[in-house]
Amino acid sequence: MDSERETYRPQPDFGTPPSPAERAGAASVTVIIDGREVSVAPGTTVMRAAALSGGSIPKLCATDSVKQFGSCRLCLVEIDGMRGTPASCTTLVSEGMKVHTQTKKLEKLRRGVMELYISDHPLDCLTCSANNDCELQDQAAAVGLRDVRYGYEGANNLAQPMDISNPYFDFDPSKCIVCSRCVRACDEVQGTLALTIESRGFDSKVSAGLTSDSFLSSECVSCGACVQACPTATLQEKAVKEIGKPERAVVTTCAYCGVGCTFRAETRGEDVVRMVPWKDGKANRGHSCVKGRFAWGYAQHQERILSPMIRSSIDEPWQEVSWEEAIAHTASELKRISAKYGRNALGGITSSRCTNEETFLVQKLIRAGFGTNNVDTCARVCHSPTGYGLKTTFGTSAGTQDFDSVEDSDVILVIGANPTDGHPVFASRMKRRLRQGAKLIVIDPRRTDLVRSPHISADYHLPLRPGTNVAVLTALAHVIVTEGLADEAFVRERCDWEEYRHWAEFVSLDRNSPEFLEPVTGVPAADLRGAARLFATGGNGAIYYGLGVTEHSQGSSTVMAIANLAMATGNIGRRGVGVNPLRGQNNVQGACDMGSFPHELSGYRHVSDAGARALFEAEWGVRIDPEPGLRIPNMLDAATDGLFKAIYIQGEDILQSDPDTKHVAAGLAAMECVIVQDLFLNETANYAHVFLPGSTFLEKNGTFTNAERRIQPVRKVMEPKNGYEDWQITQLLAQAMGLDWAYTHPREIMDEIARLTPTFAGVSFARLDAEGSLQWPVNEAAPDGSPIMHIDGFVRGKGKFVVTDYVPTDERTGPRFPLLLTTGRILSQYNVGAQTRRTANVVWHEEDLLEIHPTDAENRGIKSGDWVRLASRSGETTLRATVTDRVAPGVVYTTFHHPATQANVVTTDYSDWATNCPEYKVTAVQITPSNGPTDWQEEYEAQAARSRRIKGHEGAMEPAE
Amino acid sequence: MSAHTTEKLVYMANQIARHVTHDPDPVSMIADHIHAFWSPRMKADVFAVLDGPEGAALDPVARAALDRLAAHAS
Ligand code: SF4
Ligand code: SF4
Ligand code: SF4
Ligand code: FES
Repeated sequence: MDSERETYRPQPDFGTPPSPAERAGAASVTVIIDGREVSVAPGTTVMRAAALSGGSIPKLCATDSVKQFGSCRLCLVEIDGMRGTPASCTTLVSEGMKVHTQTKKLEKLRRGVMELYISDHPLDCLTCSANNDCELQDQAAAVGLRDVRYGYEGANNLAQPMDISNPYFDFDPSKCIVCSRCVRACDEVQGTLALTIESRGFDSKVSAGLTSDSFLSSECVSCGACVQACPTATLQEKAVKEIGKPERAVVTTCAYCGVGCTFRAETRGEDVVRMVPWKDGKANRGHSCVKGRFAWGYAQHQERILSPMIRSSIDEPWQEVSWEEAIAHTASELKRISAKYGRNALGGITSSRCTNEETFLVQKLIRAGFGTNNVDTCARVCHSPTGYGLKTTFGTSAGTQDFDSVEDSDVILVIGANPTDGHPVFASRMKRRLRQGAKLIVIDPRRTDLVRSPHISADYHLPLRPGTNVAVLTALAHVIVTEGLADEAFVRERCDWEEYRHWAEFVSLDRNSPEFLEPVTGVPAADLRGAARLFATGGNGAIYYGLGVTEHSQGSSTVMAIANLAMATGNIGRRGVGVNPLRGQNNVQGACDMGSFPHELSGYRHVSDAGARALFEAEWGVRIDPEPGLRIPNMLDAATDGLFKAIYIQGEDILQSDPDTKHVAAGLAAMECVIVQDLFLNETANYAHVFLPGSTFLEKNGTFTNAERRIQPVRKVMEPKNGYEDWQITQLLAQAMGLDWAYTHPREIMDEIARLTPTFAGVSFARLDAEGSLQWPVNEAAPDGSPIMHIDGFVRGKGKFVVTDYVPTDERTGPRFPLLLTTGRILSQYNVGAQTRRTANVVWHEEDLLEIHPTDAENRGIKSGDWVRLASRSGETTLRATVTDRVAPGVVYTTFHHPATQANVVTTDYSDWATNCPEYKVTAVQITPSNGPTDWQEEYEAQAARSRRIKGHEGAMEPAE
Repeated sequence: MSAHTTEKLVYMANQIARHVTHDPDPVSMIADHIHAFWSPRMKADVFAVLDGPEGAALDPVARAALDRLAAHAS
């Protein structure tokens, strides 16, 4: 792996961003720079042309992540036939242009500019944390500055107080050269517009909003784009100050969310100094969010468990044991249970946080080793309806576009997703397109940040009642069909016309009109009609959706209704359009692809498919059960019935992430052997008999697949502190159970995946190293992968229209539970928060809060900050309220990042009709004032603390939460 | 077999039935769906209560689909 680890060098900076023509791959203008003939794309700057051909023109205010500004005047050049000395960062190349970048005259001018900068900059280079990694220093050397004529006395901007409020980076204004790179990065790359340059001339300085504001109290979302853009030590990671300049860099992939940003992990010794988004990463194009860039400290957290542990009952404290003993004990328990209760009493859960290779091995262990199809994954609780819905309508269980596609969208429809919080880097790319003028329709019960943010305002926000997605989508279709706006030519060519007619007839019924449905959905009919017309006629229409679509009793129907809408308007099969699920966890897509569902082998082939089974049976030398196994909720049901006894859970916390916590707890408590493999003693581990310590993404090799179907390498940055990568632990267990596995590296697992999975046929680690990433399918028909799907035809042949009738959920409001609760996530925390809660990200989100509309709050005598009791038919919990009109009257909202809140005690066990994806997004509740935590919360805390005891560590170890 | 589980299976079958009323052939649709996604034990459990009091709660279309599957299984 050392070959993958390069000596640290900053990533090359070409000064200005690529022109649209360069991104499209054109090179047609020839210029002569210092005698070198250079061919570049039209629209390229002289600075970039010089850099692309190996030259380097001094610069300060230009960097290739933001638009050029032309303020520092350091990049002057001479051009034959042009008067004066134009700035190379703002001058575009033209055919035959002759440029001189290093002349006596230029040297003198540049030294003069540099002198002014340096005279107002502290000369503590030797002790500065950016020493040897500072562009100001480099450029001063490049222009040959030796002496400063103005002296350092007199008025200057030195010795201003530092702003250290952000937990991850400092702002030291004395070192600022007011190049505005940070301001432009925040505006253009992140799209938060948190920074400004205050006043003018000599007094000008960078500020995070109001003068009184610190970074922490400002609009700043801590994405770090400004830190990356800053050429000096003004904005700098605290870790660089603490640890020092990095020595080595490894390119790897973020393990938090489904955007799949790639990073350079920059290290010094065994320490990560910083994670810098990789400019060549095709998902993130050099950007990141606060989680990926900064929140990786959990790997070192003191609560991380590094030694395997076992116990015979969950009332006992944990006993630390050697790996050999833990594995032998686990294997013998599994064999005992299998012999006593039969192979179908065993099962397991794969992780959407682990790599494709690890997931593949877990399902292989279960199917081939345990001899059962009882394998499921937490994608069940988020995106299983996506798989079902898109497979039915289009023929593949995945989104249709790459992220770049949004750059060509004219109308963006976001439904049930909150990308600025859930998928921040993609949201930044989407916002950039919106600032360029694309139109926006948001369908969400809550006024998400996207609806109104700087320079962006949704053309339509349809604040529907939770649970009425299908009604709203059908009403949109009603308007499009009845007003003659459907793209019938596309439908005739690409879809089954009879099915379309059947569907069109249905949506045209009066009872599906926006006016008829308004009392049900709460969406004003006029707005809905406007949105429908805009989507059908506004040019390229793209639909992005999230868990607000899938986590409903009609989740699968909603996905199919979205697919219908895209097909009816001809928005499939090219750039700028498409149906795009925004996946939650980093490898949800991969976990689904790898055969984690009880009815499917890798590549979405049903277990009843004899041909597919034969492939696996030949490779693995075992018989595969042709009948589907149990899904998570059914495993738990079977456990309470005494028929399901052992479960192997890799990297998931089902007790916290699955609905109806009490049901999950009862199921787990009824099992004889619960094996949890994770970083921390998570909530599920309270019910475990074996704990196998897992490894972080920084400690392993493998691949993740993001929401664009993009397979990206994960590379080992440091040795696993627990001793093994997760795939090795699964292999040890398999070997102890008598399987003859002998993988020496995840690349061999990927080779096996490629042999067994037609859509992965062309994938290998060698190809991934060469290409950076590949989007499946990668096969004979698409050897370089498939950024956009269904271009000439749908994977299933003809696109299928499915009639999706609105069926109200059985979860109804009534006098006892008059409000509707819906749940979501926020930017700084991740899912159940096991990692982010163990980083400084807690400064942005200390606890889960309940959002409630002012009217509902007033009726109940509730003020912001009050403790309230949140009760549903399933259970109750307490948390603090925040009163806001982001939610409509009758709707309340909370997140579920903190175990103490136990929001899932309140959610019910209703689920999607087709996939049993739980209905998290709609629960009828009542809110009343309260004095503090409920009995259940206190009991739970006490039980959790008891079950986390480790022998020999009593007293030393605090309860983990 | 606890009543809770079979009750839930009946509920699930009814729920599928309510969502496919517009399918040209809802009985086949439900039968195919249950065949493809339910584990053998779930199927066996629901077949076992078809003629009992719990089965009485079945939607007629869901019942037709389950009857067809049960006939196949035996
Ligand atoms: S903080 Fe850095 S990037 Fe921003 S203006 Fe100052 S020197 Fe430039
Ligand atoms: S960290 Fe990001 S959001 Fe905050 S000021 Fe910098 S660029 Fe803007
Ligand atoms: S957007 Fe997602 S993948 Fe990218 S850095 Fe943030 S958490 Fe990681
Ligand atoms: S780099 Fe061109 S003017 Fe600053």
